[in-house]
Amino acid sequence: MQVPAPFEYQRAKSVDETLALLQRFGDEARIIAGGHSLLPMMKLRLARPEVVIDINDLHELDYVRQEGSELRIGALTRHRTLLESELIGRFFPIFHDAERVIADPLVRNRGTIGGSLCQADPSEDLSAVCAAVKAQAVIRGADGSRVVSMDEFHLGPYETAVGPGEMLVEVRIPVWQNAGSAYEKVERKAGDWAIAAVGAAVSLNNGRIADAGFGYAAVGILHAHQVEEAVRGKEPSEELFAEAGRIASEVCEPITDTRGSAEYKRHLAGELTKRALRRAVARAAGREA
Amino acid sequence: MQITINVNGEDYTREIEPRHLLVRFLRDDLGLTGTHWGCDTSNCGACTVLLDGKPVKSCTVLAAMAAGHEVRTVESLEVDGNLDPVQQGFIEKHGLQCGFCTPGMLMTARALLNENPNPTEAEIREAISGQLCRCTGYLNIVRAIQWAAEHSTAKTVGS
Repeated sequence: MQVPAPFEYQRAKSVDETLALLQRFGDEARIIAGGHSLLPMMKLRLARPEVVIDINDLHELDYVRQEGSELRIGALTRHRTLLESELIGRFFPIFHDAERVIADPLVRNRGTIGGSLCQADPSEDLSAVCAAVKAQAVIRGADGSRVVSMDEFHLGPYETAVGPGEMLVEVRIPVWQNAGSAYEKVERKAGDWAIAAVGAAVSLNNGRIADAGFGYAAVGILHAHQVEEAVRGKEPSEELFAEAGRIASEVCEPITDTRGSAEYKRHLAGELTKRALRRAVARAAGREA
Repeated sequence: MQITINVNGEDYTREIEPRHLLVRFLRDDLGLTGTHWGCDTSNCGACTVLLDGKPVKSCTVLAAMAAGHEVRTVESLEVDGNLDPVQQGFIEKHGLQCGFCTPGMLMTARALLNENPNPTEAEIREAISGQLCRCTGYLNIVRAIQWAAEHSTAKTVGS
């Protein structure tokens, strides 16, 4: 039987109360939302917080809404909500692509976007999605809020810009014009972590790619700005998609593990970049719903 | 710490450690051993129960997190000697062999049919995609849930 080490349990009722608890307990405290990353780590003693702060009552952080030219997602929004959100699907089909292949329906009933991003697992899908659509993360602390890009948020595997006494409260995504986005993932079995996965987002202007974003999971990088630069201003074509894929497979940094060899993952990063870009462009052009 | 969880329509108050998992609370503290404890790693889904009507893996939920919420276990499906259609479906279509995954499968099936009384085969397969069955190859489980959908009346046991 796997049981976490003993800890003190606190159930917070508001963001302010959560921040006060984080201030009080400092490094000893960890926030729990869905718990589907943290609890397995606690069972294996990979995480051993002395205080666990349950934020499931923070309904103020459970929302998807449009505000001006931004889509805003509360940190406690569940995977299932993201999958079922019409608003998300209309602006960012990449989220629906990804949510269909994140874990399984039971886990998606519990897990949250905030938990996924803060866990910062290198194989985690929503970080790649948020990188592709150039999301910003709103981090709150005792002194107020700060807004950081995904580049600044995601410092590396299991490491984010969220400091002691702080919490992620919201994800903001600029709504692109004439835009399309898509997520492509290869996994070993239903609900597994990715062997490799790629998110792509583009906006079109006069038949050319005005802007593009690419996010990666499980291949050692989160962004591939070289791929973005390579396609920006260009006319979409199979040759361009192939070129983007070629660059992606060069710049990614996969490792050999139980999910596959580095060589295989490099191949996937390229192929999936090509497919995700092709689909994102098709969606931007209205050729695929 | 002291918690109260509503399980199958009844409030249960117990003294627990914060690290106590919901699956152990149900099995050890309440004696509701219908909920099976399988892989302990959120993979197999044998421990699936409904938390506020939604299927979750109870090995990855702290009992403390379920305090103040409603939990439904497989024991709630049979009412006054009448089997739920999902239970009858598993009998009719031989949806089990060893039976270990069955309670979790039944609860997932019940949750699915509560929300979607006429699921497609693809929707059924998606609903149970977080659960492992090492015996049946899933075909008869899918048929059992289809049978239950076809034979469900207006009643929504466990909803």
